[in-house]
Amino acid sequence: MMKGWSAVYYRELLILRRKLSRLIASMSVSPLLFLIAFGYAMGKEMNIQGHTYMEFLIPGLVAMSSMTQAFAIASEINVARFYWHIFEEFQAAPISNMAYITGEVLAGMTRAMLSVVVILILGMLFGVTLSYNPLFWLAIFLNSFVFASLAVGMAMLVKSHADQAMLTSFVITPMAFLGGTFFPMDRLPDWAQNILFFIPLTHASKAIRAAAFGKQPDIFSYLLLAVMGCTFFFIALNCVNRARD
Amino acid sequence: MIRIENLNKYYKSIHALKGVTLHVAEGELFAYLGPNGAGKTTTIRILNGLTTLSSGNAYLNGFNIETHKLQAKQQSGLVPQSANLDQELTVFENLDVHGRLFGMPAKKRVEKIHELLEYVDMADRKDSLTKHLSGGLKRRVMVARALVHSPKILFLDEPTVGLDANIRRRIWGLVKKIQQNGTTIFLTTHYIEEAEFLAQRVSFLDKGAIVAVDMPQNLMRRIGTWAIDRITDNQMETVYFKTREDANKYIGGQKESFTLRRVNLEDAFLSLTGKKVL
Repeated sequence: MMKGWSAVYYRELLILRRKLSRLIASMSVSPLLFLIAFGYAMGKEMNIQGHTYMEFLIPGLVAMSSMTQAFAIASEINVARFYWHIFEEFQAAPISNMAYITGEVLAGMTRAMLSVVVILILGMLFGVTLSYNPLFWLAIFLNSFVFASLAVGMAMLVKSHADQAMLTSFVITPMAFLGGTFFPMDRLPDWAQNILFFIPLTHASKAIRAAAFGKQPDIFSYLLLAVMGCTFFFIALNCVNRARD
Repeated sequence: MIRIENLNKYYKSIHALKGVTLHVAEGELFAYLGPNGAGKTTTIRILNGLTTLSSGNAYLNGFNIETHKLQAKQQSGLVPQSANLDQELTVFENLDVHGRLFGMPAKKRVEKIHELLEYVDMADRKDSLTKHLSGGLKRRVMVARALVHSPKILFLDEPTVGLDANIRRRIWGLVKKIQQNGTTIFLTTHYIEEAEFLAQRVSFLDKGAIVAVDMPQNLMRRIGTWAIDRITDNQMETVYFKTREDANKYIGGQKESFTLRRVNLEDAFLSLTGKKVL
């Protein structure tokens, strides 16, 4: 059932290794700009939930970056599928759909974890060190699982690379700005809060921020992310055969 | 080794394969010949699990491709029409990933890859990124990759399309060598001379249906041994003859220019389908 997942994952790691320096550079640009533009511009005087804005921002950037980088595996799959036709190599191999999806989701999660490490290092360079405890990492793990699974499922459904770019613009970009990344959710009107409650990034930001501030995160956020991740994973699993024809 | 029974494939309202039935014996080099759009690639894609069949059955080394998918895939290696190498990986890494996908243990995998790179004369390029290779070299890497897990059947989908004559001949030599080592080869091509040179048996596929299956010489013998091409009213007409003497007699009465030549597979295809293999 699972035989071959490591081969799929290994291939992604080889590609990741080959692009590592470029990838780290691109993973650093946006967070660096946000830290400079928002972190410095808002000043140390600005206080949110008892923390400086820079301290508030770092967990939000961690949530956002783990989401975007996990979701970026969709682009890798699409390049391999539409331009290089590597998907055919996987389909002709004696591996199950489950093994294929597992390998790709893990690759997306690995990219996400790498981007988090980049942000934490940047944060340290800006003098911000928070509590990076197991609950902090668990929330990141679940967040990346949700978005890597969503990405793999969408990569199986889209018919072109342009479709994928459109999905990113309509799904990921709004979430990145509205999911509690840059500002506290409680400052939004109730109707907006009610809508944003259904966005996984909202729960990831909440959990990551609470854990990073040494508080007890809401267990519901973890459960919700786990359920969403499993749901997207099984949807992705059922989409593989649709990508074949 | 390969058994296909009444295979049908529909793409919405298009009937792409119409009841294809075939049997390819162990160790045979079989050519699947037809014009573009005849259904050659569709057949290969179905047999390799890249697309689903609409009805019928197919078996690779006794394993049903629908009910025993993974075992069936283990029996075959595929060299697809378009280059599908990982451009960011080296030659060795491409073969290594393939071996891992087929569950080969590390030691055996590495040994086999080195052996195959020698076999296709690419040992000195093992650390080259595949994006830096020429079309012919890429094709050789694809052949080597398809052989890493020692498949019993090798599917070659238009293996020499887009390659120049020299490289094409070199690939033919490689294909012959693979077959001589006991691998069953299923080759699709629209190059008549490729099928004539390589195949022990040939099938003609036209509009998704098989119109003939036989040894190349038998297919050609059906229409004669000699052919005369002559141009009349700006149209080329070909006349076939059983013997050279019959052809000579015909030439004696001709006023237009003509060419006398031996019958080839193209003639056989033309006489059976009314069209050229393009």
